[in-house]
Amino acid sequence: MDKKLSIKLFVFFCSCLSIILFATTVQSQEKAKYGEDDQCIVCHKDEEILPEDFSEFDIHLQTGLSCKGCHGGDETSDDEDLSMSSEAGFIGVPEKIEIAAMCGKCHSDINFMRQYQPRIATDQVQQYHESVHGKKLAQGDTKVADCTSCHSVHNILPAIDARSTIYALNIPATCKKCHSDKEYMAEYGIPTTQYDEYVESVHGVALLERQDTGAPACNDCHGNHGAMPPGIASIGHICGTCHVNNQEYFSKSKMAIEFQRDELHACEECHGDHDVKKTSDDMIGDSDSSTCVDCHEEGEEAYDTGIKIRQSLGGLVTAYDSAATLLKTVEHAGMDDLEMSYAVKDAKQSLTQARTLVHTFDFEQVKVKTDEGKTFVTQALKLGNTQMQDLRFRRLGFGIATFFMTIVLVALYFKIKDIERED
Amino acid sequence: MFKKSAEKSYNWLDDRFKITPLVEFMRHKQVPIHKHSLWYYMGGVALFLFLVQIVSGILLLLYYQPGVDSAYESIRFITTKVSFGWLFRSVHSWSANIMVFFVFVHMFSTFFTRTYSKPRELTWLTGSVLLVLSLVFGFSGYLLPWNELAFFATKVGTDIAGAIPLIGDPIKLLLRGGEGVTGATLSRFYAFHIALIPAVFTLFLFLHLLFVQRQGMHEPEFFHKLPENKKRMMPFFPNFVLRDALLWLLVLNIIIYLAVFFPWEIGVKADAFAPAPDGIKPEWFFMFMFQALKLLPAHMFIMEGEVFGILFFTLAGLVWFTVPFWDVFIKESMRPKIMKLFGISVIAFILILTIWGYLV
Repeated sequence: MDKKLSIKLFVFFCSCLSIILFATTVQSQEKAKYGEDDQCIVCHKDEEILPEDFSEFDIHLQTGLSCKGCHGGDETSDDEDLSMSSEAGFIGVPEKIEIAAMCGKCHSDINFMRQYQPRIATDQVQQYHESVHGKKLAQGDTKVADCTSCHSVHNILPAIDARSTIYALNIPATCKKCHSDKEYMAEYGIPTTQYDEYVESVHGVALLERQDTGAPACNDCHGNHGAMPPGIASIGHICGTCHVNNQEYFSKSKMAIEFQRDELHACEECHGDHDVKKTSDDMIGDSDSSTCVDCHEEGEEAYDTGIKIRQSLGGLVTAYDSAATLLKTVEHAGMDDLEMSYAVKDAKQSLTQARTLVHTFDFEQVKVKTDEGKTFVTQALKLGNTQMQDLRFRRLGFGIATFFMTIVLVALYFKIKDIERED
Repeated sequence: MFKKSAEKSYNWLDDRFKITPLVEFMRHKQVPIHKHSLWYYMGGVALFLFLVQIVSGILLLLYYQPGVDSAYESIRFITTKVSFGWLFRSVHSWSANIMVFFVFVHMFSTFFTRTYSKPRELTWLTGSVLLVLSLVFGFSGYLLPWNELAFFATKVGTDIAGAIPLIGDPIKLLLRGGEGVTGATLSRFYAFHIALIPAVFTLFLFLHLLFVQRQGMHEPEFFHKLPENKKRMMPFFPNFVLRDALLWLLVLNIIIYLAVFFPWEIGVKADAFAPAPDGIKPEWFFMFMFQALKLLPAHMFIMEGEVFGILFFTLAGLVWFTVPFWDVFIKESMRPKIMKLFGISVIAFILILTIWGYLV
């Protein structure tokens, strides 16, 4: 090979190598973001005595906070006797009773926290002290949850991180750790079936099966740091956070006053608590699955109201189903389903509103909506039937066209035969 | 009276354009009659369906509006509000698919009767280009209603094109008009579908028909060997043309039947941010390739399985389309058997993978 060319190639390869080396160095420098300057991590890593749940993704580690923040000591010294000495402020593993206050050192200080998140809440410790967990801990019960029970110790991740113990989909499992443990919970005298019931409930299915993070987990009803069983007065408000109209109708109804008087648990009385099932129209009226008959007997006015509401809803459901079936037929036939689909949607909307109005326990109010829904159904059926009539007209047109085409085809056939005979 | 006027018009035209030699040429052109004569009509049916495409396509153009916010809506408008819009839209979609089917039938009948051999190599080649263009027609037209299935199928299709070594990325960029499938892709596919491909298609169709007319109908080997007095023939005009017309009319009636009783679906409007729905499938004529690519392992030899598959189909296409140039190297006595076996293997491969694709 030409000597000059060899030199050029050599220089070229050297340049490429330098670029690759440079790029890799830059990359590895970027990777070495956490813990490299922290002697606690350096030594504990070398000695392979890092905590069992240690994670490099821990949010404190990722934001450059040292082990010192919780354990004290001097993270700059590689001398064990100096860095872990009481002179350097080393406290070792904090006592359970101290944990909330220790986290609160930073998390309750808005001036400190705002450098990470300007709108972050700083009342977690205050809420914790008001919670069942916090109160029991203050009384000396060290079995209850502290901050690390839910957030983990060395693997704390933000709530929006799917790997976090407090990510919406993971919350039921986090609470379950203690609350489903019969032995652990025995001394508290509360049930341990909440998780199993929740998993089967409409909320549990939505959250855990459909992974709909909008569905409520334990904390959405019980609170996070201020976790408490909701009292009788607050149940309606808790459900009303999402089911706004249902709660509003109920609170204005005659029934709300009766419930308050008899100290009944608002929504929970008919729908349950952890095991809230998907509602059905059969919950109203006099059927076996009706909840009305739990309190009302035949002959009472409320009993009859329940039956009338059920019948009114049933009538609209039957009418709606017939319109929805016709809509599918129209769609399948490739006909104009646009206006009809709007009418069917309106009927569906009326049905939903009528079902919500059930919480007024007022037959007249429900009837107004079911009547409105039936009007939409009539309109939809009319539009659908017009389209089906048009379809029949198209098919008749095709039949006539085919008839004429067949005549032409037959004529052509005889013409061809005629020509071929002449040939 | 009608006969007199027709004669007058003919004379007027003949006086100026000398069309008598053309009519005489057609009158003297003969079509062989034998047990495989049926296959002569397949190309004609494909041609008729192309004409149906032009007519129905022009009518759709009057109302169709390309654009992310208007394409789907305009198709909906055509099928629900425009008089007979439903008919033209369904006829366009059905006839497009049936046309591709008949182009395939025409190609395989030409292959098995070995019509592609000398002197018809260029007729075969132009026909091959027409087949590829028909497939591109289908691919570009599929996206135009801007529905969910078409959107994601185009995404997958252009991704496959992007996997071609070296030229894949520029091709993908050219097809999509950007990184993703967007309004820019729709505009491009629209331009390809109504301007670019029809222009190129018409040119190749003209050449294809010119070659067919110039060289006449192919005589299969067994027919060719017959003594002249034993060969049965029919004049191209009017006998064959009338038979063609009869078949075309029948096909038209079937298409209208399909349009009336099985209207082509509009589907759900495409949403770029929605997750891909289950059961994304390409059009049936791409299914065998799609299924084959799905079945390949992630890595094959020194390359990705997908790249291997693309290279395989490119090579296989080249082998298939250049058949007139290499089958002459096969020993003449063995040629019919080997080519028949080759053709049957190709059909079996396409059929099995297509059915497999729809079953899983």
